[in-house]
Amino acid sequence: MTLRDFIDKLLGRQAASATTAKQRLQLVLAHDRSDLNPELLEQMRREILEVVQRYVEIDLEGGDVSLETDDRVTALVANLPIRRTRPVPVVMPTHDAHISDPLPEEDPEEEKGAATEAGIPG
Amino acid sequence: MTSAKARIILICSGKGGVGKTTLTANLGIALARLGARVAVLDADFGLRNLDLLLGLENRIVFTAQEVLSETCRLDQALVKHKQEPNLALLPAGNPRMLEWLTPEDMQKIAQLLAERFDYVLIDCPAGIEDGFKNAAAAAEEAIVITTPEVSAVRDADRVVGLLNVQGVKPIQLVLNRVRPKMMANQEMLAVDDVTSILALPLLGLVIEDEQVIVSTNRGEPLTLNGTSSPAGRAYQNVARRLQGEDLPIVDPSKQRKGLRTQIKALLTKKLF
Repeated sequence: MTLRDFIDKLLGRQAASATTAKQRLQLVLAHDRSDLNPELLEQMRREILEVVQRYVEIDLEGGDVSLETDDRVTALVANLPIRRTRPVPVVMPTHDAHISDPLPEEDPEEEKGAATEAGIPG
Repeated sequence: MTSAKARIILICSGKGGVGKTTLTANLGIALARLGARVAVLDADFGLRNLDLLLGLENRIVFTAQEVLSETCRLDQALVKHKQEPNLALLPAGNPRMLEWLTPEDMQKIAQLLAERFDYVLIDCPAGIEDGFKNAAAAAEEAIVITTPEVSAVRDADRVVGLLNVQGVKPIQLVLNRVRPKMMANQEMLAVDDVTSILALPLLGLVIEDEQVIVSTNRGEPLTLNGTSSPAGRAYQNVARRLQGEDLPIVDPSKQRKGLRTQIKALLTKKLF
């Protein structure tokens, strides 16, 4: 943000068109580069929220899951304000014997993908 | 003059009309003026225009296709520039061509040219389809040219992605049609914005210049007649940087001095 952006915001003026252009470009390029269509992204967002909500109570209004791109690296950024942790996590029912089996096999590949394309910053 | 190895450079943009062919013509002439032997290969045979910008449109007899089918020799197909004999043009094909060239054909032609020249500049067609893929297959390094507009930068980004996959390297950026005043007023994407978004090193910066149109009207690239125009100087600087000279690039939107400019600089400085 530049000083002019700040003043514009303060006065409720429209941002300089170059600032708007940059923001729009960054958003569209994040999508172009990740090759994720909006429906898939929305589905992923819902599932991520579902999983997180099993463990902590989150503020859905203030939450945000989006793609960001910097220096040709696209990152999935989740910003989920936590209201409070749940005393007892709402863990999935008992068929974890089924689930835990394929997981170790999938893990290495997912890690590779995360390193090249969807690194999630801390 | 015997150089170790020719540099085969793809000049591409994704979007049409941002200045690929103008850059190829001017860079070709400028490099030739610096003493290099240069071949410019027009890979856009559907809508070829490099001949027109170089003023060589009436002298084309054969194309790369006839060379590949051994209808003629390479030196028969090469069109030497009248005023700059260090530069020769080779069209890949003509619009009436029955058979399309393949990526292997383009590689063969580029290698043939590389044996005789110091630089092979490939003028890439717009788009990211077969024409682009053919041209990119022959390239070792690339210059991506774009303008500070959202559509051009977006398309350039797609092209950079494809070139990265192909292992083309280095990829350098030329920013064309810059309007310093608009940039200073934050009504045009800044130079730093474009370079950081595309994550490419800047090889050149060309200011919007009416002389470009005049020169294309005449079929005489600006670099042919010295460096009297801003764009001509910019193209010549690109050539010198390619040759290894370390010339600083001045951002024209930050160049002017005075109180107003200083206030503007303060306003556009990044806070966070």
